[in-house]
Amino acid sequence: MDEPDKPAVDRRSFLAGAATGAAALLAAQASVAPAQEAPAKTTAPPRPASDFMVDIFKSLDMEYMFSMCASSFMGIHESILNYAEDKNPQSITCTHEEISVAMANGYAKIEGKPVLVCAHATVGAQHAAMALYDAWADRVPIYLLLGNTNDAADRQGEVFWLHSAQDPAALIRDFTKWDDNPASLTHFAESAVRAYKIAMTPPYGPVAVVVDEKLQLESAPPSARIPKLSVPTPPAGDSGAVAEAAKLLVAAENPVIVTTRAARTPAGLALMVELAEALQAGVIDQRRRLNFPTRHRLSGGNVAEADVVLALEAGDLSGVARTVRQRNAKLINLTAGHLFQRSNYQDFQRYTEADLSIAADAEATLPALIEEIRRQTTAARQEFFRQRGERVAAANAQAFERARAEAANGWDASPVSTARLSMELWAQLKNEDWSYVTGWVNWPMRLWDFTKHYQYIGRAGAEGVGYHAPASVGAALANKKHGRISVAIQPDGDLMVAPGALWTAARYQVPLLMVMQNNRAYHQEVMWFQRAALMRNRSLERTEAGFGLGNPNIDFAKLAQSMGVASSGPITDPKELAAAIKRGIGVVKGGEPYLIDVVTQAR
Amino acid sequence: MIRLLGFCVVLTLAFASAGQDTRAPANRVSAANGATVFMRVGCPACHGTVGHGGAGPKLAPNTLPLAAFTTWVRNGTPGWSYGNGMPAFPPASLSDAELADVRAYLAGLPTPRPADEIPLLRP
Repeated sequence: MDEPDKPAVDRRSFLAGAATGAAALLAAQASVAPAQEAPAKTTAPPRPASDFMVDIFKSLDMEYMFSMCASSFMGIHESILNYAEDKNPQSITCTHEEISVAMANGYAKIEGKPVLVCAHATVGAQHAAMALYDAWADRVPIYLLLGNTNDAADRQGEVFWLHSAQDPAALIRDFTKWDDNPASLTHFAESAVRAYKIAMTPPYGPVAVVVDEKLQLESAPPSARIPKLSVPTPPAGDSGAVAEAAKLLVAAENPVIVTTRAARTPAGLALMVELAEALQAGVIDQRRRLNFPTRHRLSGGNVAEADVVLALEAGDLSGVARTVRQRNAKLINLTAGHLFQRSNYQDFQRYTEADLSIAADAEATLPALIEEIRRQTTAARQEFFRQRGERVAAANAQAFERARAEAANGWDASPVSTARLSMELWAQLKNEDWSYVTGWVNWPMRLWDFTKHYQYIGRAGAEGVGYHAPASVGAALANKKHGRISVAIQPDGDLMVAPGALWTAARYQVPLLMVMQNNRAYHQEVMWFQRAALMRNRSLERTEAGFGLGNPNIDFAKLAQSMGVASSGPITDPKELAAAIKRGIGVVKGGEPYLIDVVTQAR
Repeated sequence: MIRLLGFCVVLTLAFASAGQDTRAPANRVSAANGATVFMRVGCPACHGTVGHGGAGPKLAPNTLPLAAFTTWVRNGTPGWSYGNGMPAFPPASLSDAELADVRAYLAGLPTPRPADEIPLLRP
C-alpha cells in the first residue's frame, strides 16, 4: 500500500505564511500609526485547532467530507469551508447520515480509500448505524468523525445534553474496527492518523473518532504536529502454508476457486486471472467485488465436481463446505477474516470446516501462491491442466448460451423484464468507459463483459435496504474525475429509504444514470410472506396490502425532478427504453445525473 | 392485466375435480381465469407475469403436463423448507380446478423468439 500523498498544506510552511501575513498586516497598520508609539508585537494570531485538524485530513488525502451539517462538528466544518476554501476535503451536503456513510462506502469501493464523514455523535451516529454495518460486513474503510460535547460544563442547554453521550462510539462499536475519544489536540492527531491506518489495513473496515466540540474551537499550540502515516503492508500467507496449498492445488484433478472479495484492488483482479490460468481452474465469483472477468473462459465452476476448493476472502462458505465434506474433498480457506472478528453481529457466517486455513490477505498472498504453483507444475501436469481448462471453457460457453436463451423469455413483456432492461442498457454502454455501481438484478453479471475492477463494486454488505441509491451517488462521484459513465439499476423500495441522495447528486453534478427497477413492491419480502402463509394454509390475498408499493404508484421521475435530477418515465413498454437510455447517457456525459423510471417485472 | 389477458386463450379439456372452483361451468378449463389466479396467488413474484422465470424457473413455454404440474405445485421443491425453494400450495390456496386454469394460461402463452432473432441478445 502506497503512502498517501503528502499534505497539500504543509504545517510548517502554513505557520510561516501565517506569520508573514500577520507581520505584513501589522506593518501596514504601523505605517499609519503615530510615530511615537512603540512598534506592535509581531506574533502570529492564534491558530484554530480545527484548522490543524483539517490539515490532518489533508495529510490523509481526504478528497471530500460527506455530512449532514451539525453544530457538534461546526469548528471543523467552518475550517473546511473557510480555511481550506472548501477543497480537499470539499464539503458535500447529505440529507441523512445514512446517506453520508453509504456514499462514503460507494466512493471507497471505487477509489480504494476513505473520505471523511462527519456526524453528530448521538442522533447522527444513530442514523448512520445501518450504513456503517453494511460497510463493516463488506470490509469497506469508512472514516467517521463524531462530534460530541464531552464536558458537561460546556453543554449550553437542553439540546446540547440531548446530543451528547458519555461513550458515543458504544452504539457502533460492534461493527467498527476501532474508535477513540481523544482528550487533547495531540491525542486527536495521533488518533486521527491511527484510525486511518487501522481502516486501511486488511481486513478493511470502518473506524470512528469522537471529536470534542470545545476542542475544535480552541487554539492549536505551536507544538502541534501531524504524526507520520505508514499504512502497514497487508498480511501475506506463511510460506509453508502457501507451499502446502500449492501442492494440494497442483495435485488436484479438478480444483475450483471460490471467492467473494479477493480482488481488494485492481491488482487483485489481475492476480486472480493469473492464478486461474496457472491452474486452468474455474473461478466461482460470489461477487461482492469484481474478482474475475465475467466472460473469461475460466469464469464459473462446479463445487460438486471439485476435489480441492480454494476459498479466497469468501463470505458465506456453508454450502461449499457441506459439499466438500460430503465429497471427502479438501477445502483451503485463505482469508484476512481469520485475523479480526467481532462477537455480537453474526456477519462471520457459519463455522467453516477447512483442511487448511491461512490467516492472510488473499490479494497479498496471491503472488507467492502463483509462483509456488508454477514452480511445482511439471510439463506433463501443464498438459493435464490445459485439457481441464478446455472443459471449464466449454461449460462457461454453455452457461452463456443458457443465459442468452433465458433472457429471451419475456423479452416483450410489460412490465419490462429485468433481462430486457439489462440488455437495452448494455447495448448503449458497451462501447463506453462504464461502471455498474449498483444493482440487484443478476443479468449484467451473466451477459455483460466485465473486465475492470471499477466496473462492479458489489452491493450492500449486510443487505441493508437504503444502500443502493446513496452508494451509487458516492461511487459516481468517485468515477467523475475519471470520466466514467456510472450506471445503477436502482430498486424502488431502496430509493424510498433515502431519496435525498438524488438531491446531493444534482447539487454536486454527479454524473450517474439511475435506472429504476420499479417492481412496485418489497418483492423479496413478498416471497417470504407467501412461504409463511402457505405453511399455515392461509390466504395469499393480502399480499399487496402488506408488501406493495403501489396504490398510489410512486412517480420516481417526478421525485427526481423535484430534486433537480432530469428524468424519464414511468416506462412500461420495453420499446421505449432505448430512446430514454440514449437521452440519459447524453445527460450523464454532460456531467449531470439522470433517472429513468422503468416499471419492471418482480425479479 | 388487460395486456396479459390478451395473451390468453380458453381451452376446453376433460377435467374432473372436486376443488374449490372459481369458474363456471365446472368442467371447462379457462386460461383467462388462469391468468387471474396466477396473478392473485402471487406466482409472478418468482416466475414473472408471463411465466418467463425470475427468482424461480420459467414455466412457459414447454409447460409441464397437468399431472406433473399439479404434483410440483402441491409438493413444492423436494425437501422444501421455510426460506428455500418453491413452497407447497395446498388446495385451500389454489384448487385443483384453478391449478388447471393456471396451467392452461401458461401453456397458451406465445412461444418467445429465440435469442438469435433478438439483436440485443446476439453475442
